[in-house]
Amino acid sequence: MLGWSRAQFALTACYHWVFVPLTLGLAIIMAVMETIYVVKKDDFWKQTAKFWMKLFGINFAVGIATGLILEFEFGTNWSNYSWFVGDIFGAPLAIEGIIAFFIEATFVAVMYFGWDKVSKRFHLASTWLTGIGAAISAIWILVANSWMQHPVGMEFNPDTVRNEMVDFWAVAFNPVAISKFFHSWFSGWMTGAIFVIGVSCWYLLRKRHVRFAIASIKTAALVGIVGTLAVMFSGDGSGIHAAKYQPMKLAAAEGLEDGGPRAPFSIVPGLEIPGMLSILATHDINGYVPGINDLLNGYVDENGVEHLSADAKISKGKVALAAFKSYRSLKDNDPEAAAEARKVLEENIDCFGYGYIEKPEDLIPNVPLVYWSFRIMVGLGGFLMLLMVLVLFFGWKGKLENMKWLQWVALLSIPLVYLAGQAGWVVAEAGRQPWAIDGLLPVSAAVSSLSAGAVRTTFFIFIAVFTLFLAIELRILFKAIKKGPEAVDNNQ
Amino acid sequence: MMKAISNFIAAAADLYIDGFRKMTWGRQLWWLILLKVIILFLVLRLFFFRPVLAGKTEGQKSEFVGQQLIEKAENRTDENTEN
Repeated sequence: MLGWSRAQFALTACYHWVFVPLTLGLAIIMAVMETIYVVKKDDFWKQTAKFWMKLFGINFAVGIATGLILEFEFGTNWSNYSWFVGDIFGAPLAIEGIIAFFIEATFVAVMYFGWDKVSKRFHLASTWLTGIGAAISAIWILVANSWMQHPVGMEFNPDTVRNEMVDFWAVAFNPVAISKFFHSWFSGWMTGAIFVIGVSCWYLLRKRHVRFAIASIKTAALVGIVGTLAVMFSGDGSGIHAAKYQPMKLAAAEGLEDGGPRAPFSIVPGLEIPGMLSILATHDINGYVPGINDLLNGYVDENGVEHLSADAKISKGKVALAAFKSYRSLKDNDPEAAAEARKVLEENIDCFGYGYIEKPEDLIPNVPLVYWSFRIMVGLGGFLMLLMVLVLFFGWKGKLENMKWLQWVALLSIPLVYLAGQAGWVVAEAGRQPWAIDGLLPVSAAVSSLSAGAVRTTFFIFIAVFTLFLAIELRILFKAIKKGPEAVDNNQ
Repeated sequence: MMKAISNFIAAAADLYIDGFRKMTWGRQLWWLILLKVIILFLVLRLFFFRPVLAGKTEGQKSEFVGQQLIEKAENRTDENTEN
């Protein structure tokens, strides 16, 4: 049952993430193109922006509401989790819903319907606000996700069995949320850039719309390079946060069994850079990075701080759960004993979730999955950065038009940017297992008590529905691409 | 002031009405969105995704989840003992 619920959630989240990054990235690229149109007063750029807006609209229409399915799953498959997280999860999602509806419904409409109805500048502002609105939506989703990775700003109330928000700003400015937002948003810029470059190279291969294709490639490559540099910078922040708040995830991503100071960075198994992991994780070559065994057995870091072993945390968790049970049975009949139980619960609440863990090994995520996903993400990120630099360079030199091999590489790279994004989420989500909420609630306790058959049925229904919609999107998208931009240059 | 507001509302309404009327390729996307919303809310939500806690009062929800969290911990302990 747990496996099917997790598989269903993973399937839905992965499907959702097919559409989101292109929305985030393409919005910026078409806004830049429209800005050039407004500044240069050249209709070519207006038509160029309009074509990419059309593809944006197709992606937006098919992707719209896919995130809602995740919310259905929270209520049905993850009801314990949904209740336990309380308003911490609800507040950001409500803000996201309101902002998404008002900003996107307003400015998307002006962007598509307003060309002849509003001023150029107002239209341009609407296009930018469409992109900014999508980014603001993403912020709140990632605030909610980051709270699960690093829960802050709340207190557990054993009466309501909910985590209650005591510090909104701690939740909103959770350091994990900040780096995760920028990492995800800018990775969307990469997706948008590679998509535009790949599609434009298809036109070059067919020798159609050459001026349009070269202009689109240069614009997208510039946006993509900025995005990639920002992804690298925010990725550094994510590494620091993983080392600080989710060291098991970092150890799994590196396949690091025994850590310590001067920890090596693994490029692939058997090939390491000594000390590099310490630099990446702590910005200090002598920084202590715990390995999987250190985390299970307990360790003392370079500052002399003692970190509990898994067994000690499991014991604390069991004490917390026993106190929770006592409190709930005593609170109506014996207030004094209940108060004592509550005190014990509060003293051990940081390890509440460990009470559900059978044995220390259960705290280790799927190491090969996380390790290789991380390498796929970073490796493809590096390759795509190189590709964008090359197409920009040869585009400026005026040589790209005749470089068929590079055009093919760019076209075939479109799926790779999606693979990189999905791999990134596998690192983030598979890497934090077994936790639904880090340290507080494992997925085994978060899941509802449903029959495996019911979840399995909806899993296969989702596969069918998602495949159908993806096929429809691709058909409409390919048709629009085949038709091409309207009257943007003479080279049709 | 009132006139400015009514002008704004009229202009906004015109934007949407005229935009939808003149829509070309966007029409099939709206059909697609409609189809998706029907599948999501009238099929999946109605028949397959009934929230476990729906219909319960706040107090009942707390009681239910509290009990679930305790039982899941105890079942785990029982499993260990059996093993």
